[in-house]
Amino acid sequence: MAEKFTKSMARNIYYGGSFFFLLLLFGLTVDTVRQLPKRDHRENITAEVAHGKEIWENNNCIGCHSLMGEGAYYAPELANVFDRRGAGNEDAFRGYLRGWINAQPLDVPHRRKMPQFNLSDEEIDALSEFLIWTSRIEDNNWPPNIEG
Amino acid sequence: MKYSSQMVAKPYFIFALILFAGQILFGLLMGMQYIDGDVGFPYIPFNVARMVHTNLLIVWLLFGFMGASYYLVPEEAETELYSPKLAMITFWVFAVAGVATILGYLLVPYAELAKLTHNEILPTMGREFLEQPTITKIGIVLVCLSYVFNIAMTILKGRKTVINMVLITGLIGLSVFFLFSFYNPENLVLDKFFWWFVIHLWVEGVWELIMGALLAFVLIKVTGVDREHIEKWLYVIIAMALISGLIGMGHHFFFIGPPPYWLWMGSIFSALEPVPFFMMVLFAYKMVNERRRQHANKVAVTWAKGTAVMAFLGAGVWGFLHTLAPVNYYTHGSQLTAAHGHLAFFGAYAMVVMCVISYAMPIMRGRPEGNSIKAQKVELVGFWLMCIGMIGITLALTAAGAWQVALQRLPESGEALNFMSTQDELMSFYWIRLISGVVFSLGLVAYFASFFVDKKQTQQVAIG
Repeated sequence: MAEKFTKSMARNIYYGGSFFFLLLLFGLTVDTVRQLPKRDHRENITAEVAHGKEIWENNNCIGCHSLMGEGAYYAPELANVFDRRGAGNEDAFRGYLRGWINAQPLDVPHRRKMPQFNLSDEEIDALSEFLIWTSRIEDNNWPPNIEG
Repeated sequence: MKYSSQMVAKPYFIFALILFAGQILFGLLMGMQYIDGDVGFPYIPFNVARMVHTNLLIVWLLFGFMGASYYLVPEEAETELYSPKLAMITFWVFAVAGVATILGYLLVPYAELAKLTHNEILPTMGREFLEQPTITKIGIVLVCLSYVFNIAMTILKGRKTVINMVLITGLIGLSVFFLFSFYNPENLVLDKFFWWFVIHLWVEGVWELIMGALLAFVLIKVTGVDREHIEKWLYVIIAMALISGLIGMGHHFFFIGPPPYWLWMGSIFSALEPVPFFMMVLFAYKMVNERRRQHANKVAVTWAKGTAVMAFLGAGVWGFLHTLAPVNYYTHGSQLTAAHGHLAFFGAYAMVVMCVISYAMPIMRGRPEGNSIKAQKVELVGFWLMCIGMIGITLALTAAGAWQVALQRLPESGEALNFMSTQDELMSFYWIRLISGVVFSLGLVAYFASFFVDKKQTQQVAIG
């Protein structure tokens, strides 16, 4: 670097730049948190949805699946599984999920295996509620199609 | 070695490398599970293997950062470490907690572990990379507190060099941002939004400060270039890292709920994130070219250049590849993400830790001018096999990701192939990935072997 550009100039860019952008990040964080209620529809987070999230976490579902594109990429995306497997019908989806989770692990040789988590029907229903709520979050229309 | 207390770094480095070996073993297992889902099932299901793989990575890098700090801070501050005893206590606490947590993952079902550790009191488990039981997270906070305290006290009583100040800033940032891991609201969107305050602000924020400081230290030592010059570069690099990276966090907010302005803000700023990594490449090569001494530990110089280049490729180029919102719309959460993650973590953080180890470990073993030529050659074989293996993994996953996008994401609903069928189509890429993983593992074996080859010391080679 040119000799005219001194260490103290570099230091000032570091302090000034990071301070400014830290403040900007703080401001944007506040703004985002204020805007979120109309995008996440938190008024629909029932006790059952919250319980569903607990079950989701306690069984480490994110270790294989992705949810809104985040997680592992070993098993299908689940933020839109309600649209994909329930076709917008909540009862149909609850029935589907009970059947699917209870049938694991599928006896198909060499296929990726989902463990049997021994969940009760109530627990699977809570998981359904959580996934239904998740599918309705405003996420800038991701994923591009139903396959996730 | 100028201060005897620097020796506490040694067990940190050794333990870090043992955990690294464990990480690679579980990586190989997952490479096989991607091809044949029956491997290891039901004893080690994929989710457990992945949790062990990623958590071992985080923990061994933390051990590496700690070892590196205990080694370089006293030397920079020109004083003994504030408390070597505290550093050793911290080592054992962290090692025991780390091993117990990994064993917990492997020996009991995760839901059982959540119950045993009373996750319901303060639920923090079951989120990617933050799978540790809450009690372990509290342990990590205490370990970080003790570590940062020890380092800060050492700096306070000694010389406050730029490297030390940048390093301590990075370490404080690391500790502070980890606190967001305790915030896990019922609302998934808030949960995800603040989860990134740990993950992104670590790896695309304060860890870059740590990496910059470690790299600058090794470069000063092996090139003998004027400190003023190196420090100026360090300031510019970390300035660019934070200027691009803080708002660059927006590239994670595209499709998880936050408002649309993040689409352009995240795109613009994260498009700048390669800049600090590119500067690290210029920095490393320029300093080596302008060197005032020819250090006999040549392989440490190779690591310094290597970490800069591989970090630029992994974090810079592969990050940029899918960071723009219109591209990320199709690539988000595909195998491309995995490709980027592997090369970035290896290039930036695994390699910078191995760079410090390569420089410091011979000194701690009584060889101030580096290992014997023979040992360095073996280490160099390890270096290249690991780099080539990781590039192979990255290219295979990149091809897999691109093909996945073409089959599963680009077509309209109805036309697009479903997830599982798409995965079947990617099988040949997964084979290449697994073979590359084996190459990487051979590199790791060679790297480990280099510690045991020919214990004679090299002679100093002086140049004018």
